[in-house]
Amino acid sequence: MLEKALTGSRSYLGLLGALSAGAAVGFVVYLHQLQVGLGITGLSRDVPWGLYISQFTFLVGVAASAVMVVLPYYVHHYKAFGRLAILGEFLAIPAVLMCLLFVFVDIGQPRRAVNMILHPTPHSILFWDMVVLNGYLVLNVLVSRATFRAERAGTPPPRWVKPVIYLSIPWAVSIHTVTAFLYCGLAARPFWLTAILAPRFLASAFASGPSILILLALAVRRWSSFDPGREAIAKLGEIVAYGMAVNVFFVALELFTALYSDIPSHLEHFRYLYLGLHGQAALAPWMWVSLALGAASLVLLLVPGLRRNETVLAVAAAAVVLSLWIDKGLGMVVTGFVPSPLGHVTEYLPTLREALVALGVYSTGALVLTVLYKIAITVREELEA
Amino acid sequence: MTGIGRRRFLGLAGLGAAGAAAVPIAGALARASRAEPAPGAAAGKRWAMVIDVQRCKDRGGCDVCVQACHAAHNVPAMPEPRHEIKWVWKERHENVFPEHVTPYTPAAVRERPTLVLCNHCDNPPCVRVCPTEATWKRADGIVMMDPHRCIGCRYCITGCPYGSRSFNFEDPRPHLRGEPTDYPTRTRGVVEKCTFCSERLAVGKRPLCVEACEGIGCGALVFGDLGDEGSAVSALVRGRELTRRKPELGTSPHVFYVL
Repeated sequence: MLEKALTGSRSYLGLLGALSAGAAVGFVVYLHQLQVGLGITGLSRDVPWGLYISQFTFLVGVAASAVMVVLPYYVHHYKAFGRLAILGEFLAIPAVLMCLLFVFVDIGQPRRAVNMILHPTPHSILFWDMVVLNGYLVLNVLVSRATFRAERAGTPPPRWVKPVIYLSIPWAVSIHTVTAFLYCGLAARPFWLTAILAPRFLASAFASGPSILILLALAVRRWSSFDPGREAIAKLGEIVAYGMAVNVFFVALELFTALYSDIPSHLEHFRYLYLGLHGQAALAPWMWVSLALGAASLVLLLVPGLRRNETVLAVAAAAVVLSLWIDKGLGMVVTGFVPSPLGHVTEYLPTLREALVALGVYSTGALVLTVLYKIAITVREELEA
Repeated sequence: MTGIGRRRFLGLAGLGAAGAAAVPIAGALARASRAEPAPGAAAGKRWAMVIDVQRCKDRGGCDVCVQACHAAHNVPAMPEPRHEIKWVWKERHENVFPEHVTPYTPAAVRERPTLVLCNHCDNPPCVRVCPTEATWKRADGIVMMDPHRCIGCRYCITGCPYGSRSFNFEDPRPHLRGEPTDYPTRTRGVVEKCTFCSERLAVGKRPLCVEACEGIGCGALVFGDLGDEGSAVSALVRGRELTRRKPELGTSPHVFYVL
């Protein structure tokens, strides 16, 4: 099947070339990081996790969100998602791959990464995150391969697929829950020490993931003769509206608890995030942009007349992705470290080299996504021809 | 090899890899359900330290303990402040014990340099989060660190409520403070911290910071075995009003303070 990804229009090959170049740049800078150490990043003694782990956290949500297509289609037999399901699964696979890559590039001694398997440590949440993420990758590869091959051959999928699909649904929830547990079980970091972190992660994932899928589905329709369907895209818009509304509600719950209880150790993190602390306010402007984009997207999503216009929906989806990327991919992780346990306000700014490594990981993920989508689209086009 | 043959082969290889990974995981799950003291551990020993801030503050600017530790353990002086590595150091009183500061506390007390180091907790969060058991608690209470097993994920730094751990963002060896000692230097990409001078305790000596403090006739640091009721540290812990950092977190630090 892979041969279908090797031929295509000039613009397709150009896209592959550009993404390969991005991946190559990231790889070269990563080799430099391997040589020098994580000193090439903006990380510090006070802020030991930054851009890499933030991207990992954001992308776990994108990966988990495939369940928002899988569940209606396979459990509720919602037929309109028939053409979209494979796009959802083929988004989850590169998303998990990027998660694993972002953890890998963050490790100080990558040659020893295998120690996590040689010395498995069940009391560490990181161990369980490795288990659920790799398991989710395997489940998605199994399911998408079997269903896709069956569809291509015009036969019903093999019988073993159904239970695997059912297993993949709670498993999708588990990857983001366990990822939240990485943070919310730490007495050292009051900002994350909140039981709503896992539900909030899930709500934001079910807004941002389907938003990315909307944008991808619109792009697929525009640049190929394969149409994932108006109804399917409109339904995704509804899912995003629910996800975003619940996410904003959860953020408001967090803010109420922190502001009304007025406990300095909790409040200071929120103050740093939105206003700045001791004159340090690198994240604050970003967070206000995130809030504004979130509010604007919510208006566009909640008014049915607006949401049903696909151009408006595309704008709303882009606003949701950007808003939640700022929230999770920039603010959430770093703010847990500011102020530090000793009350120091050390700001973190990613370096250019760090950003290039991240760009490389994103390019690699986009490359895998492009190849998978190309295969899916070509097969669909052949079936419909 | 046909397409199907290749797929079957890859599938079987995947199953084999999963099976190979399952063996150590099953072993670890079995281990986790048992709690046995490490073999050869001295029964009843519990190392602890008392820091008498009243004695220490009389010598403002003194850092003989810090110097002695960092020189002997090849703790580097990294050029970038954000890459700083420290095992024992001084922090402002208001940062170490914010709950002991009122709006009326005089500046001299707020800013009083207070010695901090790894607390060698009874219930260490760093040990709980480490995914490779590169850090663990010994039966005698010392929270140890194996820099050869550490993968450098920095989860322990994130989990420590006291900021006691440092990461080697770059190779520390070009930045040693003087001639290297016999103590092993570290490599880039691993975490390190105070080990209560486990290498000295093993040969019957006390931690360097304590000896250095006594050496200048100060005696603000008292170290010993809480399992031995006759030890000086036992007498202090049982006879005086002492404080620990962030006791509300339930970590049970074994570095005590006389404020």
